[in-house]
Amino acid sequence: MKVNSMDNLFQQLNEVLIISFYVLLIVGPLLIAVAFLTYLERKVIAAVQYRKGPNVVGMFGLLQPFADGVKLFSKETIIPASANKIIFVLAPMISFALSLVAWSVIPISENLVLANINVGILYIFAISSLSIYGVIMAGWASNSKYAFLGALRSTAQMVSYEVSIGFVIVCVLLCVGSLNLQDIVLAQKNYWFFIPLFPMFIVFIISALAETNRAPFDLPEDESALVAGYFTEYSSMLFAMFFLGEYSAMILMSSLGVILFLGGWLPPFDYYVFNLVPGFIWFFLKVGILLFIFLWVRATLPRFRYDQLMRLGWKVFLPLSLFWVFITATVLVFFDILPNFYG
Amino acid sequence: MNLFFFLFSAIIVLSAIAVISSRNPVHSVLFLILAFVNAAGIFVLAGAEFLAMILLIVYVGAVAVLFLFVVMMLNINLEEIKFQVKKYFFSGLFVGLILLAELFFSFSNLDLIRNKNVMVTNSKNLTNTHQIGSIIYTEYFFVFQLSGCILLVAMIGAIVLTLRKRPGVLRQTVSKQIDRKKEDSIEIIKFKNNNAN
Repeated sequence: MKVNSMDNLFQQLNEVLIISFYVLLIVGPLLIAVAFLTYLERKVIAAVQYRKGPNVVGMFGLLQPFADGVKLFSKETIIPASANKIIFVLAPMISFALSLVAWSVIPISENLVLANINVGILYIFAISSLSIYGVIMAGWASNSKYAFLGALRSTAQMVSYEVSIGFVIVCVLLCVGSLNLQDIVLAQKNYWFFIPLFPMFIVFIISALAETNRAPFDLPEDESALVAGYFTEYSSMLFAMFFLGEYSAMILMSSLGVILFLGGWLPPFDYYVFNLVPGFIWFFLKVGILLFIFLWVRATLPRFRYDQLMRLGWKVFLPLSLFWVFITATVLVFFDILPNFYG
Repeated sequence: MNLFFFLFSAIIVLSAIAVISSRNPVHSVLFLILAFVNAAGIFVLAGAEFLAMILLIVYVGAVAVLFLFVVMMLNINLEEIKFQVKKYFFSGLFVGLILLAELFFSFSNLDLIRNKNVMVTNSKNLTNTHQIGSIIYTEYFFVFQLSGCILLVAMIGAIVLTLRKRPGVLRQTVSKQIDRKKEDSIEIIKFKNNNAN
């Protein structure tokens, strides 16, 4: 009996090791993607502003993100004397870890997914609502006015825009009838959801900008008013974790948009030639398009004022998305095309 | 997964103790959040993935955030709390005993509760999200709507309590800005300048 239970324990540990290996397979490429996203951002903004951007380190400046990374690694970690040390160190770790764990359920292609769970979309939604804690803990633990104000702003903003993202997701779920991310993609076999749900696609993109604290909603890091917002007091590796977390959250939101509205790994037309291209390439192409929108918006639009941001969230997006949920449900019931998963 | 069950439950118990014993109220709330997250983990192990995610979204993602907000904003004095411990000791003990008695009651009648829910048995291999949805929107439809109404009333009450127009606060009114015409805001006055030339 005892031997049996020990065997069982070893089996479980073995499973844990195998899963850890898969996790590394996801996290490694993701971090490289984050590094090149920062490079891409600087290049895109430079192109918009008619500059060259990074072009010194490596060919076309391609090694610039790694040079920046090494710089951040080798700097001194400064913890303010009046800060709450444990929470101060914990906050960026939470921020970074949460932006990575959501990737476990993202289906990159038909078979390429770590955990194909029934409630995938709710899982991502839950993780993105948890990511508020990294921000608010950082703001509080820094014991600094700028950081605290930045954290309060950021939290209010994320809570507000989560509501409209929730309704957008409900719209898509009404058309799918399942919370599984693979089912959501497969339901778009005939047409991608951004065609019938176009207004929701726009609301989703704008809310995603607000949710990831990106321009024009980057109020938490409003330089002219709040120094750097909630990470004012952070330096070196702890700062880098916030930075990596923000960029990987951007990639995550883009892939969520691709899964919900742009048909995930499905090719644009169901022709033979398009089907030859492996699914993950289509997926990354679409993610790339959405990421470009993120960068394009940052380079072109001025920052929102705080009350304008709140009004947009609560008085425009919330009623609009609620109304659209109602319309979607009505149309589905009226034409009797409500998806039925009862078999 | 036995290993994970013990891991999650150990963390829940330890963080629950930390909630009531830590001196800093912000730490208490953070430990409470840790307990919530691990409770969600136990829900997942029990196969109730929908409940786990709702626990995370509603309690951790929304309720606890507001809780943390309030605790951070209030500058809580530790000496004052120590004084109040004596004051609230008996009422707190009373509430705690009632909760404990309820737990005992529901655990001793576990078979009864299970038997009542036999009708939810998994006949068509549905996910538990579908099962919960089908039972809430058929069997308990009115109770569910009623609880929604109670929440709505509470929300309206909170808004009514806090909404007030304070003088001296600058607010942007979009409709006013759009309604503004050239005639309302600009007046062209012609005047003769005698000194010119």
